Amino acid sequence: MSIQVQNISKSYQNNLAVDSITFEVKEGELFGLIGPDGAGKTTLFRILTTLLLANEGNATVAGFDVVKDYKSIRKEVGYMPGKFSLYQDLTIEENLNFFATIFGTTLEENYELIKEIYVQIEPFKNRRAGKLSGGMKQKLALCCALIHKPKVLFLDEPTTGVDPVSRKEFWEMLKRLQQKGITILVSTPYMDEAALCDRIALIQKGSILKIDSPQKIIDDYEKTIYDVQAKNTYQLIEDLKNYSTQYSVFAFGEYIHYIDKKTDFNPMELEKYLQENGHQDIVIKISKTTIEDVFMDLTNLKQ
Amino acid sequence: MKRFIGFVTKEFYHIFRDKRSMFILFGMPIAQIMLFGFAITNEINNVNIAILDHSKDTETQKIINKISASPYFHIEQEISSETQIESIFKKGKVKAVLVFQNHFIKDLQTKKQAKVQVITDATDPNIANTITNYINAILQNHLQEVNRNNLPTYQIQTQTQLYYNPELKSVFTFVPGVMTVILMLVSAMMTSISITREKELGTMEVLLVSPLNPLQVILGKVFPYIFLSVINAIVILTLGVFVFGMPIQGSLFLLAFESILFIITALSLGILISTVSDSQQTAMMLSLMGLMLPVIILSGFIFPISSMPLPLQIISNIIPAKWFIIIIKAIMLKGASIQIIWKETLILIGMTVFFIGLSIKKYKIRLE
Amino acid sequence: MNQEKIISVKNLSKVFGDFTAVNKISFEVNKGEIFGFLGANGAGKTTAMKMLIGISKPSSGEATVAGFDVKTNSEMVKKSIGYMSQKFSMYDDLTIKENITFFGGIYGLSKTQIKEKTKQLIQKLQLETVADKLVGSLPLGWKQKLAFSVALLHEPKIVFLDEPTGGVDPITRRQFWEMIYAEAHKGTTLFVTTHYMDEAEYCDRVSIMVEGHIEALDTPANLKKQYNVDSMNEVFLKLARNIE
Repeated sequence: MSIQVQNISKSYQNNLAVDSITFEVKEGELFGLIGPDGAGKTTLFRILTTLLLANEGNATVAGFDVVKDYKSIRKEVGYMPGKFSLYQDLTIEENLNFFATIFGTTLEENYELIKEIYVQIEPFKNRRAGKLSGGMKQKLALCCALIHKPKVLFLDEPTTGVDPVSRKEFWEMLKRLQQKGITILVSTPYMDEAALCDRIALIQKGSILKIDSPQKIIDDYEKTIYDVQAKNTYQLIEDLKNYSTQYSVFAFGEYIHYIDKKTDFNPMELEKYLQENGHQDIVIKISKTTIEDVFMDLTNLKQ
Repeated sequence: MKRFIGFVTKEFYHIFRDKRSMFILFGMPIAQIMLFGFAITNEINNVNIAILDHSKDTETQKIINKISASPYFHIEQEISSETQIESIFKKGKVKAVLVFQNHFIKDLQTKKQAKVQVITDATDPNIANTITNYINAILQNHLQEVNRNNLPTYQIQTQTQLYYNPELKSVFTFVPGVMTVILMLVSAMMTSISITREKELGTMEVLLVSPLNPLQVILGKVFPYIFLSVINAIVILTLGVFVFGMPIQGSLFLLAFESILFIITALSLGILISTVSDSQQTAMMLSLMGLMLPVIILSGFIFPISSMPLPLQIISNIIPAKWFIIIIKAIMLKGASIQIIWKETLILIGMTVFFIGLSIKKYKIRLE
Repeated sequence: MNQEKIISVKNLSKVFGDFTAVNKISFEVNKGEIFGFLGANGAGKTTAMKMLIGISKPSSGEATVAGFDVKTNSEMVKKSIGYMSQKFSMYDDLTIKENITFFGGIYGLSKTQIKEKTKQLIQKLQLETVADKLVGSLPLGWKQKLAFSVALLHEPKIVFLDEPTGGVDPITRRQFWEMIYAEAHKGTTLFVTTHYMDEAEYCDRVSIMVEGHIEALDTPANLKKQYNVDSMNEVFLKLARNIE
């Protein structure tokens, strides 16, 4: 096991940020913590990177205890905090060299590992980090976190606020790093990124809703979700919410995801109801479940 | 060692790329010393004085003519009695009163010496001092001319009397004072700001999750400022000596040692401030309010400690700058050796050890 | 289409030194429309939006918002619009009521109006129990919903929303969009930027900016048809692939 977390709790004043969380990350795994802001992801990352002490529970990273062996952990892990945390007034090259020296290594020594990412930003190596675009900053931060060939990589919301193109590229890079044997723990608020992880933990308000592989989580989901579409989306949402047997109604891309309470639900009846309410161009069909659907249902159940 | 060099290099990049730091580091000391220097030792011009001539003889008239002919003084009025002195000072019309005793020429001829009293308004001690010096110079010059043909020589004794601020401080106060302020500013404020900047930007988080131990981070942060502070001290002393004629009577080596000691005291204060503040703004406020103000007000730089109310005098003892100003004044002006200032030096060392100890205790190896 | 145009932009450009952030963009937004304004980081979205809300002067070109010229009549533009951004929305150290009163005051609402609006708003968002708590203590999702309502206080004709749902949990995100729908239903125009591509699908029309230009502008359905893909995400990737 590369990361082991057992009943970790942490509160700030009277605010419980992490509530007795337990999970394990296997060696070489790409593990995702999926949840919105305020779910406790950053707190958990800081506990695992030895920056914070938990109130309860214990955890190990790369075999070291996060409290007792914090010094060893700091040597073995790479950490990319949620906020861009490099020196804006240093150039790409200077940032890299700095992080290389404080880890007692050089850019050349581990060049192989970061090569693929570095070549993309190398043309700008004399540009100051503060002047880089969001996507480039993110690549540089990843290079810096990798420069000492860490065993475990912690990436706290690396794709937040980044456009879809850069996000896609970033995930491709993570996949390649994983093939080189690095264990990666990544957090994200974007549910669509969950599918790219080996296993995920859905996290909300400090506790874990579910842990499994994304596919397994979707396969295990028993409710049937319907895509519903009509000309007037606003009216459609209102009317679906007023349908007597509705379980949940959520806008989802171009469709509304509709779940019914009844197991013997007949879409024809719903269509009839919608027609009676004056809807046009009605489409009702069975939808493909996504992680976001499961997440919403699980949070709804909890509340 | 390689790590340390890497860290220090990075710090220098930060400093040299930030125009504001560069200004505080190099512009400020020069600007301050010039400002204080010229504001204080600027030549006096057309200073209004009054004459009280009890003797009214040819010799006093010669001296009065000489004074009035000089560009430095303007004889505003002649008064006839001592009782008027207080009131013309209060009106602020004149800065000094020259009093010739009765029988001036007679004393000079029979006793070979006569007395002149220079009474100055010392609310502005530096001007008062300069006026006295200038009048003295004019009198000496007059004597030289008179004595060329006379043997034995005449003597004029000047008696200086300072109103309002009897313990006139040296005109050279400002060089030690400015040096103290600048070293405090550079060492304490700049280090505390540069450490909290890393906290604010989130880079401290990354540094903490690295094999660097806290001591390495602190040393790396502090070292460039020791270096820069030493350069600053050298610049200030050079300016003081060559531009303003400030003497250095004592040992240069001792002066260097004491300066470095004070720089370390200031740095340890800077580190202490950075351990308790989370933002550059807080660090700046703390350094300004907690360090700069006391240095300027309570250290004896501008206001003499001896004329402060007792509670402030007691408080001034915990201001490291007070001791440093005493030390460098003693070395530069009186040529004091370590035997004389060991007590003050020990106090500074004690304070430094205390602040460093406290910062180490307060330094967090984690985020909270 | 013969609808009332509430925003019309013609050859609008913004140049910083030798860098052209926005390069001759032209488009129109209909009254009551939900208009998605998308683009990669650094594509010029924020710059364009700043010109439309009257806080940045265009280098060239024309734009009218709610009938007012952004160049010559930016004060009137500001009065007719509401604005909410993810970065700044409310004062964390004021209570909910204080924030509402403050923003109401800024937009020149009378005391009785503010009182009335405060009551309505707190009731609508079910914030009765926390009305006197500091905004800083609220969960992000609530804050964003509240900020949106506050941007609507003075009943503006257009509301500009700059990444309103960043980091918000999926359910609250949907509740937020339901509020947007409801507002559009009332005839308000909504101009929205977002990084969630599924949200792009909720818009009536979307424009995608690439390197200062508008590369595409149509309904989500038409765009997907045009690029022969299944989702807006793929449309976006196809368009923005080669930038940076």
